[in-house]
Amino acid sequence: MPGRDWKDADIITGGIDVGSVSSKAVIMTDSEVYSWGVLRTGSNSADSAKKVLDWTLEGTELKLNKIAYIVGTGYGRVNVPMANKAITEIACHAKGANYIWGPTVRTILDVGGQDVKAISCDETGRVTSFLMNDKCAAGTGRGMEVIADLLKIPIEEVGEVSLTVDEEPDPVSSTCVVFAKSEAVGLLYNGWSKERVLAAYMRAMAIRMCELVKKVGVKKDFVITGGQSRNIGIVTRIENILGVKRLPVTDWEETGLDPMAAGAIGAALFAKALYTKSLKRRDGNL
Amino acid sequence: MITAGIDMGTQSVKVAILKDGEILSSGFTFCGFKPKEAAEQAFKEALRKANLSFDNVEHVTATGAGADKAINFDSTISMMGADAQAGAYFFPSARTIIDVGAEEARAVSCDENGNMLNFVLNSRCAAGAGTFIEAMARALEVKLEELGPLSLKAEKASPINASCVIFAESDVVSLIHRQESKPEIARAIYDAMADRISSMVRRLGIKPHVALIGGVAKDVGFVTSLKRKLGTELLIPKEPVFGGSVGAALTAAKRIG
Repeated sequence: MPGRDWKDADIITGGIDVGSVSSKAVIMTDSEVYSWGVLRTGSNSADSAKKVLDWTLEGTELKLNKIAYIVGTGYGRVNVPMANKAITEIACHAKGANYIWGPTVRTILDVGGQDVKAISCDETGRVTSFLMNDKCAAGTGRGMEVIADLLKIPIEEVGEVSLTVDEEPDPVSSTCVVFAKSEAVGLLYNGWSKERVLAAYMRAMAIRMCELVKKVGVKKDFVITGGQSRNIGIVTRIENILGVKRLPVTDWEETGLDPMAAGAIGAALFAKALYTKSLKRRDGNL
Repeated sequence: MITAGIDMGTQSVKVAILKDGEILSSGFTFCGFKPKEAAEQAFKEALRKANLSFDNVEHVTATGAGADKAINFDSTISMMGADAQAGAYFFPSARTIIDVGAEEARAVSCDENGNMLNFVLNSRCAAGAGTFIEAMARALEVKLEELGPLSLKAEKASPINASCVIFAESDVVSLIHRQESKPEIARAIYDAMADRISSMVRRLGIKPHVALIGGVAKDVGFVTSLKRKLGTELLIPKEPVFGGSVGAALTAAKRIG
């Protein structure tokens, strides 16, 4: 990616994924990631979309008007003012995962801020079936934040910290995050260490996510996208429960192939396809 | 004949002492993580108010989510059984008893003698219980007791994602950022919760009259929304929070009488 000049590109497209917790933007030059950015979503989807795109353009010589086509996706996709079209995050995640890991991907677990999705797709990255929980915080990134906050452990560190327990404790019994929080306070009161409480919560969370994956069917290759793909505590437990390893994530910081930005990558790829189609249609009319 | 009921709730312990079918006194303590100590304290309070000693009490029946953690009890009764007893005691015409507590909501149908016939309950999700209101009051930065009166000033409700307390919290924060009026947000909170409770009650069937007990019955905002959603009047005792403990004390009396 570094050193590539946008001026050499035929088509420049953008994907903006306005999630409930974070907003992601990806700019692609001829289907290669040129620049990407992640920001916390504010109270306004339109502002968040603009901010994350500005952030992604910053430091590049590229200007917004050079981007031929933008697709918006995610929870706030209908409120992306600069988008030419909105596409569901389910389609975008499958497309993005197919791009990041290649055509062998069949099952995607996407754990975002306010929802958990299990997606099956074919070798082209087209969705064949999916299941989603967006009614309940149990097993979402937001739920993880609540528990991390309670235990006063930085969210970036919860995964590592949860793996420092000598023995995996029984999962917390409450599904509801509010009740799990009370349960966690009770466990601390009973002398459990922070690490053990965290492990018990993550275990419960992982079990819940795996139920969703099992329902769509665990077919290899399996990948995890979304913010929780960086949570090694969750990832390890999911792999143990399912008995399947996810495809590894390699140097995304260099390549821009960030599993957290899979939705935005998919959106930028759709943008290219849609733009190409519109060109053909225009040429056809000539 | 003097009996006592002890209701070990998830958030508080309630004790009621009855003499020949009359309520003599009651005791209340928040339980924290020491349920036994809280039970003792609530019991002592009730005994003191009634000018009695523990030896005067012939039978103690425990109920509530933590009934096994009660002290000095002779028997236990299910929460639904206690609800039915209490409902029929306060309002002989009541056939449907709704009990909304801190972490649980239930609806019970009963006969004229307070025997439970059927029940439905929600205990897996905080969005249908008192905790929801507490969390929302915190998010709105309004005192819990002020949220109800505030909601009555609203002309309409601002929509919130009320399927989950955690999600509703972030929604409320965004609504505040957007400078939506607090009364309208408050109204939306109660409407959402009343929606959940009323659909639960509908599964059981609404047989009049309908009584409401449990701590949340004290909240005028919730009561107003629930009446609207159910389309019926609600019978509410003066001290609804003691409903379960009164039901348990009545059960105690039946067990020795």
